[in-house]
Amino acid sequence: MLSAGAAAAAIVVMAAVTFLTRFLPFLLFDRGESPPRIVLYLGRVLPPAIIAMLIIYCLRGVSFASPAGWVPQLVCMAVVVALHLWKHNNLLSIFGGTVLYMVLVQTVF
Amino acid sequence: MDRRALSAAFPVTVPVLMGYLAIGIAFGLMLQEIGYNFIWAFFMSLTIYAGSGQYLGVTLLATAAGLGTVALMTLLINFRHLVYGLSMLEKFRGMGWRKLYMIFSLTDETYALLSSARAPVGVDPRNFYFAIALLDQSYWILGSVIGAVAGAVIPFSTEGVDFAMTALFVVIAVDQWKAYKKHLPALIGGVVTVVFLIILGSVFGQDQMLLISLGVIVLLLLILRDRLEEKEGSSC
Repeated sequence: MLSAGAAAAAIVVMAAVTFLTRFLPFLLFDRGESPPRIVLYLGRVLPPAIIAMLIIYCLRGVSFASPAGWVPQLVCMAVVVALHLWKHNNLLSIFGGTVLYMVLVQTVF
Repeated sequence: MDRRALSAAFPVTVPVLMGYLAIGIAFGLMLQEIGYNFIWAFFMSLTIYAGSGQYLGVTLLATAAGLGTVALMTLLINFRHLVYGLSMLEKFRGMGWRKLYMIFSLTDETYALLSSARAPVGVDPRNFYFAIALLDQSYWILGSVIGAVAGAVIPFSTEGVDFAMTALFVVIAVDQWKAYKKHLPALIGGVVTVVFLIILGSVFGQDQMLLISLGVIVLLLLILRDRLEEKEGSSC
């Protein structure tokens, strides 16, 4: 575990960078100039690419050495996708998948 | 605070109340599970105030990531805020002293409410928007503190609760998949990360490989710009 000071430093960095991403458009474009096309382009295509990257990042601990290393993750992701396509309810999809995952890793595997 | 604006804003924010309590509680539970109590949850939700950003923050704290990685990952996951800001430039003009807070508190959910909500007759729209933003953050802080306290006192194991982060990203991905006409960016993001982070990362270490994955993704998207760019003015 990080020391309290190091954890606080990490939180300060997260807070500062998050604020920067929110503040930058106002800093740069509040006087009416339109943003460069390349910024708008990246603003459109980067979000889905980054979310896909983060999903893989979340799954970096997956191991195919034993079923316990990958079955719970894949089953629960499939359940999240299915629930979300079916009911379109963020909370239901996230909680359904998470509760199932907790049950699987704590009792089945 | 203008009470009329507050009572006009409350009903509008009820869906966010439900959502933020739930997602905030999951965040608090995850944070408690890696050894940070409700005081940490409170300050993270007060100062960072970003749902998926704070979920990722739990992982960054748990893995003791370097500050450079923390900064870059936070930048990445919050990149979409740039787009939100661009579409709020008009709306936030004339907000005066409230403007800085409006910018700070522009989460996905608040953005969605502000895009659609209209102030009732007789209520100052500026106070109305401000009240929405303020209520939303108070729900988020409340949820995360409840989660962290619950994680410390409930008798059953919360092992596996960190899957909420994966589930959140999957839900966002499904929504994006339906909203976007072109799926190449998402596929590039996934495939590049598998190749660099998972396959090469097992050889060279995952910390640097995440940054390299990102660089390759941006590079590929720039190379493919002509193919992916919506044809401007083609409707004329």
